[in-house]
Parts: sequence; C-alpha cells; structure tokens
Amino acid sequence: MSESEVAVHRQVAMPGSAAGHGSGDFMEGSPYAIPSRKLTMWLFIISDAVTFGAFLFSYGYLRVATPDWTRPFESASVINVVIMTFVLITSSLTMLGAVDASKSGDKAKAMRFLYSTMVLGLLFAGLHIREWFQLFGKGITISSGLFGQTFFTITGLHLLHVISGVVALLVVATKYSRGSLTPSYVETTGLYWHFVDLVWMFVVPLVYLTNIAR
Amino acid sequence: MTAASASGNVIRKYLPVYFVLLAIFLVEVFLAFQKLPIVALVVTLLALAVCSAGLGLMYFMHLATERRSLFLTLIPATIFVLLMMNVIWSDSLRLLHMRPFQH
Repeated sequence: MSESEVAVHRQVAMPGSAAGHGSGDFMEGSPYAIPSRKLTMWLFIISDAVTFGAFLFSYGYLRVATPDWTRPFESASVINVVIMTFVLITSSLTMLGAVDASKSGDKAKAMRFLYSTMVLGLLFAGLHIREWFQLFGKGITISSGLFGQTFFTITGLHLLHVISGVVALLVVATKYSRGSLTPSYVETTGLYWHFVDLVWMFVVPLVYLTNIAR
Repeated sequence: MTAASASGNVIRKYLPVYFVLLAIFLVEVFLAFQKLPIVALVVTLLALAVCSAGLGLMYFMHLATERRSLFLTLIPATIFVLLMMNVIWSDSLRLLHMRPFQH
C-alpha cells in the first residue's frame, strides 16, 4: 500500500481525531452526514430530556392537585435563584465562545472560555447547595413530605448534571489543551452544557417560582 | 479575519439571545409575585419556559443552522421517547381518583 493510500485509510477511519486515539473514532462516519459524536449527544439529550420531563410532569401534577402545598421561598431565596439563573445563562454564553474559539483554532482563547464556564458552573453549584442548606434550616428535607421529596429529587438531578458537566468540561479542556482531542469534542460537550441550561429554565419556574411564600 | 476576532464576534452575535433569555426569566419572576391562580401561573410560566428553551435550542445549540438530516434523524427519536412516556399516563389517570395530599 502506498503512503497516500495509507493516509486515505487513516482519514476514513479517524476523521474526527487529532491523534487517532479511542475506538469511538472508528464510528465517526455516519449515513446521515452528521458526525456520530454529535448525533449520539443529541440522542442522549432527547432521552435525558424525557427523564426530566417525567419528573417535572409528576411534580406539576402534584403541585396543582395539592391545595396546601409548602411555599418556603422568600425574597432572599428568589434573589438567590435570579443570581443562579444569571450565572447559568452566562455560562452558556462563555461555552459558545469556547466552541467558536476552538473551531477557529484559537486554543488559548478556547481554554479561557472553558475555564470561565467551569468556574460559573461551580459557582452555580455552590449557590445551589447554599439554597439547600437554607431549606434544611427551615426543617425541609427530602423526607419531609411531597414538597421536599419532589424539590430535592428534581434539583438534585439537575445539580448532578451540572457537576457532571463541570467534570466533563475539565477532562475535555485538559485533553484539548494537550492536543489529544479535537474541537468537535468541545462542541459536543457544549451541547450537553446548553442542555443543562435549558432544563434549568423549566426547573426554576415550576419548582421555585410557583412556591413563593405569601 | 483572524481567529481571535472571529471568536470574539460570536459573543456579540448571541448577546441579543442572551438578553432575551434573561428578560423572559425576569418576566417569569414578576409573574410569580402576582396573585394568579396556580393553574394559570403554571401554564403561563411553562409557556415562557418553552419560549426560552426554543431560543436556546435554535441559537445556543445551533439547531437553526444544523443540517436538515439532523432534524430528520432526531424527530423519529423524539417521537419514540415521547411514546415511551405513555407508560406513565395510565398512572396519572389513576391518580385523578386518588387525589394526592401532603403529609
């Protein structure tokens, strides 16, 4: 086999990989002309959205059907949620910057945006945990009735996604900075991060804003 | 155009979407402090959340500029998982006769 033929074979087998590591690279070719990595992430997002959908549907039903529902959130909590939402939406913007900079080949800028996104994600998680402790202080836990059960289940699942996202970003950023991952990995992780942001847009109104103390 | 300036432009490009998302959220907070019936409040907040999610999907997740084949692939997958959610509807209807209450 000539050198050019070898190069073509390598291109077909590993088009999305900078260094050609990992068995996933062999799945890159797609009959739908969509990179397999991106398609897989979209399919994961759809299935995960249904998981959240089921939880939120159940919550919505219980909330509407229960007249004496617990309403623990006062102004301080609402301000905390406003800050959390601002932080998370801003992190989506920095993620967009990271994806775009990585596609443009500006690795230093992509890394700055990735680290900014991680810091914002951690800040969000910290604010979230602070909110939980405030509820613990009011005697509301996961075992204290329907509100506690649904609130901590839904927000806990979302917080788990945020923390997983920060870990994923850390791994991708580290490997991307070393040159062992391509910008397509940053893009795929970005899709996940935006999804976490979108889920929050449903969690806040349903779980927080319908439960403001009056 | 240099790589650096191109990546700076994307933030400016999506800033309007970012501000619209923040504005929708602030409207939600405003509505939450109004004394609306719970069903009306939930429906209104959900409608606004769907608008926010739509903007996020189309612009932040670039679905507006993706290949049509991605849409065509995702639509059956979405229908499939939504059909799978039918598993819970029967329980929901049963609960209509077992009105939940808070312990």
